[in-house]
Amino acid sequence: MIRRFRPFDGTGAGAATLAAGPSARVQVRRGLGPGLVGFLLALAIVILFGLSTPFGEVSTFGLNPGGHVPAIVLPDLVVPSALGIYLMAFVAGAIGAAYLSAPRVKAGATIGISVAALTLAFLIWAVQGQSLNLLGMLKSTLLRATPIALGAMSGVLCERSGVINIGIEGMMLTAALAAVVAASATSNLYLGLLAAILSGGLLALVHAVLSIKYRVDQIVSGTVINILATGVTSYLSARFLEKYMWLNNSGTLPVWSVPGLSDIPIVGPILFENTLIVYLMLLLVIGIQVMLFSSRFGLRVRAVGEHPRAADTLGINVWRTRYLSVLLGGMVAGIGGAYFSIGSAGRFDEVMTAGRGFIGLAAMIFGNWTPAGAFASSLIFGFADSLQIRMQILQTPIPSEFLLMAPYVATIVALSGVVGRVTPPAADGQPYEK
Amino acid sequence: MKQRAAGALRAAAIPALAVVTGLMAGAVIVVVTDVEVIRAWSSFGSHPGGALAATWRSVARAYGALFEGSLGSAYAISESLVTTTPYILAGLAVALGFRAGLFNIGAEGQLFMGALASVWVGYSVKGLSPWLHLPLALAAGAAAGAIWGAIPGYLKARTGAHEVVNTIMMNYIAFRLSDWLLNGPMKRPGPGGTPGYVPISPEVLPSAYLPRLFEPPLRFHAGFFLALAVAVVVWWLLWRTPLGFEMRSVGANPQAARTAGMSVRKVYVVAMGMSGALAGLAGANQVLGVDRWVGQGFSPGYGFDSIALALLGGSHPAGVVLASLLFGTLRSGATRMQSAAGIPIDIITILQALILAFVAAPALVRAIYRLKKAAPTAGPVLTRGWGK
Repeated sequence: MIRRFRPFDGTGAGAATLAAGPSARVQVRRGLGPGLVGFLLALAIVILFGLSTPFGEVSTFGLNPGGHVPAIVLPDLVVPSALGIYLMAFVAGAIGAAYLSAPRVKAGATIGISVAALTLAFLIWAVQGQSLNLLGMLKSTLLRATPIALGAMSGVLCERSGVINIGIEGMMLTAALAAVVAASATSNLYLGLLAAILSGGLLALVHAVLSIKYRVDQIVSGTVINILATGVTSYLSARFLEKYMWLNNSGTLPVWSVPGLSDIPIVGPILFENTLIVYLMLLLVIGIQVMLFSSRFGLRVRAVGEHPRAADTLGINVWRTRYLSVLLGGMVAGIGGAYFSIGSAGRFDEVMTAGRGFIGLAAMIFGNWTPAGAFASSLIFGFADSLQIRMQILQTPIPSEFLLMAPYVATIVALSGVVGRVTPPAADGQPYEK
Repeated sequence: MKQRAAGALRAAAIPALAVVTGLMAGAVIVVVTDVEVIRAWSSFGSHPGGALAATWRSVARAYGALFEGSLGSAYAISESLVTTTPYILAGLAVALGFRAGLFNIGAEGQLFMGALASVWVGYSVKGLSPWLHLPLALAAGAAAGAIWGAIPGYLKARTGAHEVVNTIMMNYIAFRLSDWLLNGPMKRPGPGGTPGYVPISPEVLPSAYLPRLFEPPLRFHAGFFLALAVAVVVWWLLWRTPLGFEMRSVGANPQAARTAGMSVRKVYVVAMGMSGALAGLAGANQVLGVDRWVGQGFSPGYGFDSIALALLGGSHPAGVVLASLLFGTLRSGATRMQSAAGIPIDIITILQALILAFVAAPALVRAIYRLKKAAPTAGPVLTRGWGK
């Protein structure tokens, strides 16, 4: 029997089936699906990559950062290509078998591990006879995950309080413009970052007023923000930035190396040699996780998002909590917007966010509305993004358009509950009326 | 009858006020971003008259060009109607989704897929009579859009995955797919059979043209009447057929519809498929009637604009047609505004967002104009959280 997931259904239909009887219980508890996925991916690894790889070829992965010479130089990781690929096929098959035979192996873990094996096999296959700076790739994974994670944090803050925010994309886009203009005009990148945070907060205020005060459908309100942001940023950049080009030339935030820590092999260059925005992102992930799950304010936010009436009865000001959460969310999205202009490009281009806000939303859902989960999902999307660029350099026969599609397809697959069930806050999307 | 007319008038009051308010806000934006006006106001103390005159000049120049470009000549009117045509079809697509309780943000991607499929049929199928070739190309466009829309519909029915995010993802997939098609299998060959440089498709054969009704340069084509006919069909479908009743019931209250024995899942798939078909038809209509080939990013966002159209038109086919006429006129006028008055065409996008905000928040409009609270109207219910 194909297992039916009910990701967004809070009716407890699954529990009803559980109570139906012992035979139903067995069927509901385990399907063959994830195990079969493991076997199919193992087969795919052998057919797609194994058969076309001659024995004796090696894939070389660099483990040192480009540019400055680290304190400890690591040797390159040299993998016999064919052997590595077959090992990955074995891993995928083994986890599939483990799922089918051992009752404790989880579906999500099974699919996760077999997909990871497929990805690694693909990497080894693509790099055979060449070399790839693995460290550089992991570093750019974190970098490319940054705006996605910030978008996801914005979503977590808003939605935990019961306000859907699909306007993250628009908030980021506006913030990207505000950052570059403020930074160029004042020649101070940190004022640019401040402008980004404020403009994100301003748009969030619009969203809050529309959806909380005027009880506009939250998805419509978010759509308004996205359209408005596209229009305003394109209008302003066509009217002013094309004429006064000095306004669109901010430079980028400098990379700060944390002394000592950045010399740790592998981890150091990835985590401790970044721009302010990456550090802020990492701090926000930890901070929001702690705030939501171990502070009084976080408890209130979650209460308001799960059962506003009960929260109101206990004396929590539902509206004020929601306003505050949405505002904070907008500011976080603003930092994410700054990443695009002053964080990496040094200038503003029309629609430069290119859907990263939406991907962030998907990462939030994928990560089950928790900061840690959303961050992990953002890393997956960031990895797909940075893989895609390297594949163009390595000249694999796969058209780059299909690799560019991968994050979007992955989002749909994730949303459709293939990996597991997700549960949004119970009052998400519902305006509160006294 | 008289009562019905009064009802329609009341229903139109908020959208009409929203449009007026949006246009006024647009004028404010044009003025405050006009460098000459800013300069004139900075010397307001010495030349108060100059500041006011500069403001008036700025508004008059912008809206004068807007009017001239939209209704000022036969060519302008023809262009306005040409822009209206894809708007009607794409707006109907989103409206139909709304009526079934589905928010289809994927009209743009469906439109792309429809355009690509109809262009492909248009140039690769040879030797057919126009009576066969044109309908075939249109049908291909509708079918491609239907598939692109039915996928998120099926996923929602099957797994509950929210159609908003999934249709957005389908948009991006469609864009990448069209990039690949236009750079690969569908790329127009260059001279002498060498690979072409530009990512555009070959030209549609004349047998698949939607006929143009006037001499060039007027581009007004038969697709406009096709769009009107489709609007009538959508109205008939929604209000005169059992399927339409099912869709509206599911849209109003899925639980009640399920209790009444309707298949909510079937409605989700069918409604998203039909919505996608309409959007695909919009794309087909555009390429067969106007462009006759597809280039990268050929749509200036018809699919995205259609969300505003459906909301402005109250998700009613007649309302969508009126809203499309308005936006078609504005957009084609804005092109002239850009060339004659130097105002970026993106002002239209801003206007849309403002109008949309006012339509979605009737209380806001009532507060601005100090109107009395109206009786609650039975519009379509939009989304309820992440898919309940």
